[in-house]
Amino acid sequence: MNTTALTLDALACGRGGRRVLDGLSLQVAWGQCVVLRGPNGVGKTTLLRTLAGLQAPVAGQVLCQSDDIAFGGHADAVKPTLTARENLDFWASLYGGADTRAALAAFGLTALSHRPAAALSAGQKRRLGLARMLVTGRKLWLLDEPTASLDAAAAAEFAGILQSHLDRGGAAVVATHVDLGVAATPLDLAPFATTRSITPAFDEVFA
Amino acid sequence: MIQVFTRDLRLAVRAGGGFGLALAFFLIVIFLVPLGVGPGSATLSAIAGGILWVAALLACLLSLDRMFTADWEDGSLDVLVTAPLPLEGLVLAKAAAHWVTTGLPLALVAPGLALLLNAPVDSLWAVGVGLLLGTPALSVIGAFGAALTLGVKRGGLLLSILVLPLYVPTLIFGAEAVRRAGSGAGADTPLMLLAAVTFGVLAILPFAAAAALRVSVR
Repeated sequence: MNTTALTLDALACGRGGRRVLDGLSLQVAWGQCVVLRGPNGVGKTTLLRTLAGLQAPVAGQVLCQSDDIAFGGHADAVKPTLTARENLDFWASLYGGADTRAALAAFGLTALSHRPAAALSAGQKRRLGLARMLVTGRKLWLLDEPTASLDAAAAAEFAGILQSHLDRGGAAVVATHVDLGVAATPLDLAPFATTRSITPAFDEVFA
Repeated sequence: MIQVFTRDLRLAVRAGGGFGLALAFFLIVIFLVPLGVGPGSATLSAIAGGILWVAALLACLLSLDRMFTADWEDGSLDVLVTAPLPLEGLVLAKAAAHWVTTGLPLALVAPGLALLLNAPVDSLWAVGVGLLLGTPALSVIGAFGAALTLGVKRGGLLLSILVLPLYVPTLIFGAEAVRRAGSGAGADTPLMLLAAVTFGVLAILPFAAAAALRVSVR
């Protein structure tokens, strides 16, 4: 096992034909949580998607084990016609069968487990989406606004779950505007923001 | 792969999943044709194979545009792409689920419907076997088209325009098998060619569809 969960080396990310971030170098150790800060549009989501491997870096590199990563975007990846339990069971089986019952209990969803996800509130769906991170069994969580639409109690509950994930030697990169309530290293992305256009040699589509 | 396949089947039979829509569409088209061309049994008998196959192609198109779009909209596709499953496997699993919910039911009921169109009794087996061999190609080609048009507004229309020309070989060999079986000429050759098209697209298009998906998710 590497001593660092994630290393970024002079990373540049692009979106819509423009560079948004440039020259970003960073090391994330196991047990560390990095919180991405910066105004809307600075490139927090773009950075997370680049880290997850959903898009290629414009320059520089991302060094990590791709089978460490669990990606939680701002959509919940919840199917409305499946029950909460079925949704989570699917992801658990795809990632190799972790305990869905414990994950549902951790997010206070046990009573709702047989309810179709369409009947859940936005906050409950969010909790179900976050419970997916637990059943993946992955060690490096990439989270985009995890506490959006969570009430104060659920956000505190999530902070506890994230803290125990870090205590078990996991790591997390979280984009958020609120205080998570977890000891975290803040990373302000504003100094890395750029509007330079992507060099013509870089093919954004087929990189 | 098997997990994605069973999940897609489950989603298809739940509310709004669209299971049976293709079949109902197919039935209606087959019932409409005699109303349009008249009840002349000689005419119907001559065009039965072609009508069945054209109706099958159109029925297959109905649910194609939801194949990846539904997962893309709710964020599932991002998670599936980062999951420990090759994208080619994801494409195959989704195409297989599409085939089981559309192509397979069509192949099962088509021989009965061929009788309604006064198709020669000798050709009924070629209708069923032909559709069984040919419809997997429709689902796989469709998956490729769906991956290409993912994220495009009104992508369903674009998808039809992209995919229908690619269905031409399957249509030609499928309808030819029915015609030959009906005239006693032996349908082996077109059926083998039909199977060849299916195996060919199964071997190549999952890779193309996976490449298209990688471009679409960014």
